[in-house]
Amino acid sequence: MTNAPIMTPETIVNVSLALLLLGLPLVAQTMGEPFYITLATRIAILALAAVGLNIALGLGGLVSFGHAAFFGLGGYAAGILATHAFDGVPLFAGIPGTASMPIIWLVAVLVCGMIALPIGAISLRTAGVYFIMITLAFAQMIYYFAVSWPAYGGEDGLSIYVRNEFPGVNTAQPLSYFLICYAVLMLALGLFWLLRGSRFGASLQAARQNATRLSAVGIAPFNIRLVAFAISAMVTGLAGALFADLNKFVSPSMLSWHMSGELIVLIILGGKGRLFGPVAGAMLYVLFEFALGGITERWQFFLGLILLGVVLFARGGLLGLLAGKARHG
Amino acid sequence: MSIALLLEQLLNGLQLGVMLFLMAAGLTLIFGVMGLINLAHGSLYMIGAFACAAVAAATGSFWIGLAASLVAAAAAGAIIEVTVIRRLYDRDHLDQVLATFALILIFSEGTRWLFGSFPLYLDIPPLLQGAVPLPGGGQYQLYRLAIIGVGVVVALGLYVLISRTRLGMRIRAGESDREMIAALGVDIRTLYTVVFALGAALAGLAGALVGALQSVQVGMGEPALILAFVVIVIGGIGSIKGALLGAILVGVVDTMGRFLLPKALALMIPAAQAGPIGAALASMLIYIVMALILAFRPSGLFATQS
Repeated sequence: MTNAPIMTPETIVNVSLALLLLGLPLVAQTMGEPFYITLATRIAILALAAVGLNIALGLGGLVSFGHAAFFGLGGYAAGILATHAFDGVPLFAGIPGTASMPIIWLVAVLVCGMIALPIGAISLRTAGVYFIMITLAFAQMIYYFAVSWPAYGGEDGLSIYVRNEFPGVNTAQPLSYFLICYAVLMLALGLFWLLRGSRFGASLQAARQNATRLSAVGIAPFNIRLVAFAISAMVTGLAGALFADLNKFVSPSMLSWHMSGELIVLIILGGKGRLFGPVAGAMLYVLFEFALGGITERWQFFLGLILLGVVLFARGGLLGLLAGKARHG
Repeated sequence: MSIALLLEQLLNGLQLGVMLFLMAAGLTLIFGVMGLINLAHGSLYMIGAFACAAVAAATGSFWIGLAASLVAAAAAGAIIEVTVIRRLYDRDHLDQVLATFALILIFSEGTRWLFGSFPLYLDIPPLLQGAVPLPGGGQYQLYRLAIIGVGVVVALGLYVLISRTRLGMRIRAGESDREMIAALGVDIRTLYTVVFALGAALAGLAGALVGALQSVQVGMGEPALILAFVVIVIGGIGSIKGALLGAILVGVVDTMGRFLLPKALALMIPAAQAGPIGAALASMLIYIVMALILAFRPSGLFATQS
């Protein structure tokens, strides 16, 4: 993609999406409608989580049905650190909690990376349906652990009483918090773009297209996939930490398999493997949720019908519709 | 800890295993023959439970309800096979996951629409109420024993069906070479619908049987579905024998883990901590077992060639 002309249809769509997402809360701010700012923040965070999954699923073809595990772990990292900071009780061995977002993010990312490595190492020994089911099973394992472990709220979840702090920014203000999330999303998209164009990204996509050939040129697909899985988990974990701060609450539902399914849905609605696929998907999803949810309590029924229609008849998602087919298969 | 209590827990594990087998057998059959991963299998389980509860409440007979659950689940299975699933056989697993995930949303909300958000309750039929004495002085619910019996009968029935009948021969042939059996004049589309409906009926049966032990509610199929996934991953996808052994392994390990782990931990650390830690560990136990098995045998214990 790096050598393509600057203004392809996809670039235009991408820039428009980025501006649209930035413009919505700015307009909402001037009109005094903070609800829409929260809605846009939700879009940005879900998109970020899906950008993470898109590294594994879109580039690597690794259908992880357990990314909610990382989303939730990131959320719990934020919740647990904030709770300890609030109560003034050290975490363990005298290490205090913290309410500083950069440190929380770092912890969330590191925890997710460290947990993704063993999960990935076992799951990547398998492929296809086995991989789908095993990632799902590992996520369930973490889910049930969170439900039955009483120290941090168990089934009831954990509240964050005051939104965590970011140096120089008043995070309690909806627009400021949106801008933080938006900036992180843009950085993650930059990371995705760099990865896709890099030697590593080329190997990862080659591993998806033909693993045997990749091995034949001397690159082990397993290592490439494992690193991609870990990076993917880390980005999704970061999104989880932001999501916990948005809601000031974290619960096992962030770890549930419905969440994993939703993340995949976001990517497919937007366009698998496309740079802005997750952003388009998250916008559509939150819009459905908001618009359908306003009309009927049973919005998930209609979401199911729409999703079924997209899978059966409109492959390529929203970006496929707006910007044409992906250049690389 | 008495022998009777241990035996009772062991039978509970076996009963859970049998229930998982009914789910897993359909899943593994559908994957083995059609190469399809069906997340909506848990919805078929839920449909069986709701059909049984609703019909039993209307007619006053559990047995009519049980028959209704088989019919309802098989019919629902056949309908989604013809309208949706059929289009997914040639797609990749991602599309299958998404489409069947969409079906779950539709079925769950649809059921909530029809029956409301409150759970339904199903009584154990009078014939199977009561308990039987266990060696060692305990008592065991007759109904749970009957579920174990149903599992044995279904396992034997499936064995005979697959290995001794013409339909079973066609199913096995469809598993190994789809084009060839179609060329020999077998209507492969109808065969697939029959296999899917059969798997659906088994899931519906499991839902109806379990419905009398716990409340019948939307979302009840999802934990069962995920456990069934663990079962078929352990057993080897496509293998009914693997599904049977995997189901019993998962059922017994899960039940005994929840029973024994807190007690075992209490010997080492204070009881107040042993309870929650043991419970948390026990809830993860089957996944740890699965990870261990896969670390050594990545395609399960009894993987078929396909």
